[in-house]
Amino acid sequence: MSPFPFLTTLVLLPAGAALVVAILPSGLGERRRRIAAQVIGLAGALGTLALAATIAVRFNIKDAGYQMVSDHAWARSLGVSWYLGVDGISLFLVLLAALLFPVALVAARTRTNLHSYMAWMLLLEAVCIGSFISLDLILFFVFFEASLVPIYFIITGWGFEKRSAAAMKFFVYTFLGSAFLFVGIVVLALIHQHDTGVLTFSLPVLAHTHMPYYVQVLLFLSFTAAFAVKSPVFPFHTWSPDAYAEAPTGGSVVLAAVMAKMGTYGIIRFDLNLFPKASIDLAPLLLTLGVAGIIYGAIVACTQKDLKRMVAYSSLSHIGFIVLGVFALTSEGMAGGVIQMVNHGLIIAVLFLAIGWIYERTATRDVSRLKGLQKPAPLLAALFTVGMLAAIGLPGLNGFVGEFLILLGTFITHRWWAVVAATGVILAALYMLWAYQQAFHGKPEEEAVKRTKDISWPELLVMAPLVGLVIFLGVYPKPVLDRITPSVERLVQRADRAAGVHQPLLSRKVALPASRLHVQHAAHTPGAAVSGYTGYVGASRLRSFWTASPVGSAGVSSAGVGTGALTSAATGNVQYGWTPYGSSRIRHALPYASLLGIASPFYPGGSADRHLGLVTPLTSHCCVAIAGSDTVR
Amino acid sequence: MVYAAWAMLALPLLGFLVLLAFGRRLGDPVAGWVGTTAVAGSFVATLVTFGGMLSRHAGGAREISHSIFTWIAVGGLDIKAAILTDPLSMTMALFVTGVSALIHLYSIGYMKGDRDYSKFFVYLNLFVFSMLLLVLGGNLAITFVGWEGVGLCSYWLISFWFERPTAASAGKKAFVYNRIGDFGFLIAMFLIFEKTGTLSYSGIFAHLHALSGAAGTAAVLLLFLAATGKSAQIPLFPWLADAMEGPTPVSALIHAATMVTAGVYLMCRMHPLLGMSHSAQLVVATIGVVTAFVGGTIACTQRDIKKVLAYSTISQLGYMFLAVGVGAYVAAIFLMVAHAFYKGLLFLGAGSVIHGMHDEQDLRKMGGLARFMPITAGTFAVAWFAIAGVPPLAGFFAKGAVLDNTFAAYPVLWVIGIVTALLTAYYLSRLFVLAFTGDPRFIEAVNTRWLSSGSTHSAGADPDSGGRITSGSAGAAGAFSTTGRASEEAGATGGSGMATPGGGSVEEPHGQGSSHGYPSPHESPKVMVIPLLVLAVLALAGGVLELPWHGPDTIRLLSWLHPVFGHYLYTAHLSIASQWILAVVDSLVALSGIYIAWRLWTKAWDRPKLEPSFLFRSWFINEAYDLLIGRPGDRLASFTTAVVEVRVVDGAVNGAAALTRNAGEALRKLQTGFVRQYALGITLGMVALLAWMLVRA
Repeated sequence: MSPFPFLTTLVLLPAGAALVVAILPSGLGERRRRIAAQVIGLAGALGTLALAATIAVRFNIKDAGYQMVSDHAWARSLGVSWYLGVDGISLFLVLLAALLFPVALVAARTRTNLHSYMAWMLLLEAVCIGSFISLDLILFFVFFEASLVPIYFIITGWGFEKRSAAAMKFFVYTFLGSAFLFVGIVVLALIHQHDTGVLTFSLPVLAHTHMPYYVQVLLFLSFTAAFAVKSPVFPFHTWSPDAYAEAPTGGSVVLAAVMAKMGTYGIIRFDLNLFPKASIDLAPLLLTLGVAGIIYGAIVACTQKDLKRMVAYSSLSHIGFIVLGVFALTSEGMAGGVIQMVNHGLIIAVLFLAIGWIYERTATRDVSRLKGLQKPAPLLAALFTVGMLAAIGLPGLNGFVGEFLILLGTFITHRWWAVVAATGVILAALYMLWAYQQAFHGKPEEEAVKRTKDISWPELLVMAPLVGLVIFLGVYPKPVLDRITPSVERLVQRADRAAGVHQPLLSRKVALPASRLHVQHAAHTPGAAVSGYTGYVGASRLRSFWTASPVGSAGVSSAGVGTGALTSAATGNVQYGWTPYGSSRIRHALPYASLLGIASPFYPGGSADRHLGLVTPLTSHCCVAIAGSDTVR
Repeated sequence: MVYAAWAMLALPLLGFLVLLAFGRRLGDPVAGWVGTTAVAGSFVATLVTFGGMLSRHAGGAREISHSIFTWIAVGGLDIKAAILTDPLSMTMALFVTGVSALIHLYSIGYMKGDRDYSKFFVYLNLFVFSMLLLVLGGNLAITFVGWEGVGLCSYWLISFWFERPTAASAGKKAFVYNRIGDFGFLIAMFLIFEKTGTLSYSGIFAHLHALSGAAGTAAVLLLFLAATGKSAQIPLFPWLADAMEGPTPVSALIHAATMVTAGVYLMCRMHPLLGMSHSAQLVVATIGVVTAFVGGTIACTQRDIKKVLAYSTISQLGYMFLAVGVGAYVAAIFLMVAHAFYKGLLFLGAGSVIHGMHDEQDLRKMGGLARFMPITAGTFAVAWFAIAGVPPLAGFFAKGAVLDNTFAAYPVLWVIGIVTALLTAYYLSRLFVLAFTGDPRFIEAVNTRWLSSGSTHSAGADPDSGGRITSGSAGAAGAFSTTGRASEEAGATGGSGMATPGGGSVEEPHGQGSSHGYPSPHESPKVMVIPLLVLAVLALAGGVLELPWHGPDTIRLLSWLHPVFGHYLYTAHLSIASQWILAVVDSLVALSGIYIAWRLWTKAWDRPKLEPSFLFRSWFINEAYDLLIGRPGDRLASFTTAVVEVRVVDGAVNGAAALTRNAGEALRKLQTGFVRQYALGITLGMVALLAWMLVRA
């Protein structure tokens, strides 16, 4: 635990700034209150950014668990605690939020009621960040819900023509989704209390709740309902085009770039941690929704005349990719999903800001009226182009890194989903370039377009960090991926463990001549166990299965590993011996194994005996196969 | 040497960045010289690398891979930013940088006075960087970066004059067709990674056995799909003709000499994989030769000078894939290099003509240009004989190598190939005759407007054809019609439609002012003529790279590329006698093609019967796409938006809302306007809860 409560401050700083801005006395006079709101608001947002950056710097790259945890019992009788922590999955979402809020505050010039706009935005920042770092389910729910309030007022207060209807639809829709979440949380905690006698909402503790399989599935569905609406996942998206289009520029930026991520983040953080088995079994459902979203969003985006709505539907497509990556349940896919959340946030911020500026200049977002915009405003066109190309997934820009990892990770476990999803790459080019051609190419006809001023220096300055990151993350995503990967791999392992015998790949992969690669890598690299394994197909679902191989190749039947693999086989969990941490990890895993061994009667497929019956032959088959291929060389 | 290899890449990138930042300030012509210098420097770096490589022993020591950083590494995936220099990539790099430098030089003259002069060189330098990345990439992923990069530059450069709707559409069309190919590339990468656990070339080739059987065939065919996109083969070739909307140096560099050969390069690079699957190879060979034939037939009927050359390129690329398919990789590379010389020259010559004619591209309005622009005509003639396959020019040897190997492997394909050779000689001769010989027709063309009535196709000629495209596809889902509509319109209006000279409606490429009155053709300036002369020498003598009677030890393409292709060398095990016979047949075919065209086209310049509509409109491929994909796609999209989205997805939500509305009083209030209060309620409740918790904590 860090001595300084970084995370708590991270939430309280923008919240405090919001409070200060909100209670600025009206006696100051309109002008001075405006300036004060601007100064305090920006200072609060930038301070939060600085703090988030500090956290990123202090973040321990090797630690897969929660860092800088602050855990204070709060409402003890209710089991609620102020429990915050950050890991590789949430770190960059926090950074994203901390970066985009000041950008949204500066970029979107709001003319009326500036101080209340500032206050709502800062409050929204506090709850967004809070939701990304909450490790207590109730605390998360509070933040998750509370985010609706400021955005509702931002849309109704500063939005476009149909703002009330859009805001209402958004509010009611997401709120109904959240109801499922709330019920789910309470039921889960009660089950846990029933089992252990302890009432708690702590995520790490609840993750070990034993429950009948059907309950797990039901709870998974109720959690996912809320997250799917928030993300939004197809077909729960109809609030989003309206809300994105009607919100003011700053509002749409944070709504699409940050708030929507609460949904996908919730899926990763809560669904996979709490219901790993249900997540795996229902993955095909979610994968299908993801793919459907990719294609559907793209098709509908093709027909949009309003640039902002076009981007909104493209966003549906991108969220589909994120969902796909997560439920591929491979390290590559999930890491891709996590980085794609950040990428999508940056990309959509660039696009919405550009569109916002276009609207400010021409008073239209209709592509047919914008015709020829590139001529009067080449720089604006260039910025839009960068966002567009990143959204299309052009290598060298950030979108590609995420999409590539997602599709690759999905291909390994769910080949045909990946193949269908990859057609989204073609469609994305189609609707984006079509919209670009209509809006920017050709000869300008409308007077407003002809007179359009290119972007100013301050605007360029605001956009610069976003565009810079879009390029940087495309060229050198390593710093981000290095921090995401450990946490993601831990989560994937957890899902793997829960999967138990449900390992569809096991038999298919046995025949592969994999171990040759292991041997080569192992020979070249010090710390052979680590890269030794990873040389093979990166799906870490297979990883544990290959346990015996890399280590074994170093010293053919290392006793510890052998025992580990055998024991885990005996307990009905092939998945234990995960190699990257070496064989010691396997021994660590043993208590876990017995734990799940006890739990196994709850799983369908019945008793531990049946697990044994299924697993043992498979495992031994694998071990023999590996041993065989190693000895041959 | 490794540093020189990185310098190859770094210099064009540097040029790109400098021009991006300061290009506008540097202006015309300094920006052009900066760009040219960067690429010329890259060429020098390539020469240095090449020299370093020559000094190494041929057996294995010439293959160097070097990485500077890890690009994407997660789990089992480890992609490095790595380059691979070996004889194959060096061959590519040499001609890519060399030809690029010449075309940069040419562009200084060609683009003079253009409003976006510096931007042109920004794109061009980025293109060279991407192309080198593609060629030098040490793994499939880096090659893919280059692959997409050149596609992007191609998009930008085709729609360089973006105010012209046809140019904008053509750029988009190129990008989308290429994206279809990229889909294949992506899936191929995933498949290969799944099977072998790596994407680096050396890693893949070390684990080829994992790709035996169906997986290998699938991987080859998927990569070939990518190649058909980039290299404009059946079924993805229609974009290349439209791509002629770009400035002519772009057509020469990207759409003739370098980028479009990327597909061939990819196939050669992955040749060990191709060797795993004979059925896939046969597919490649067949598609190649059929494309060569189809492209050739279309080229015989085009009236736009650049379109003739575009379809000729498609046809020649087909030959290269034919060579790849029969396993004659060296022949494919040989033809690629030779083609870069003579097709680059043809395009630059055409550019010179267009330049001199003030943006006239219609062959029927030319004639007799040889006396106005002798150097252009002379160099053009060299390229004409080279591509026709007249001995002893480069094309004769290169095409001969391809055809001989085909004859040894699949005689049926050879027959198609030799027929195509006849077509090649014919259409290029037709072009030369129409443009450079006979009486000048441009004077009458302006004075009397008989052209529109003089032919079947130009009946619907519409100077502002572009306007129709936008209005025509302004329907709900016009995005889908990218596949076909642009060129359908262009086709419908005939060759003259897109090349409407002068007039305010068309952007003047080189800022020479509109062509009022009739054009007065003139020879191009020195910066444009010098590249023509250099390329003419190369096209003339390029054959020395690989002469059949060279011994095994001399420096020739075959022995130079031996470390790469190893035993996948010539399949031709033909006797000397049959090789001689084939060579004679090739020459006779070339000469008879030239003779036929000469007889036909010197007598009359307008022969509609020889230009059937079916061929003129590219076998109706655009119409077919439009019918099969474009329109159904439009309809599907409109239906989805208007019906599914509104009635089903949103309708279900509204229905559910209505249901709940009836279900409960509390929810009813929620739905009918109490949201605001409710939001306030949440806030207050939350505040109270927090306060309470804070107190207790």
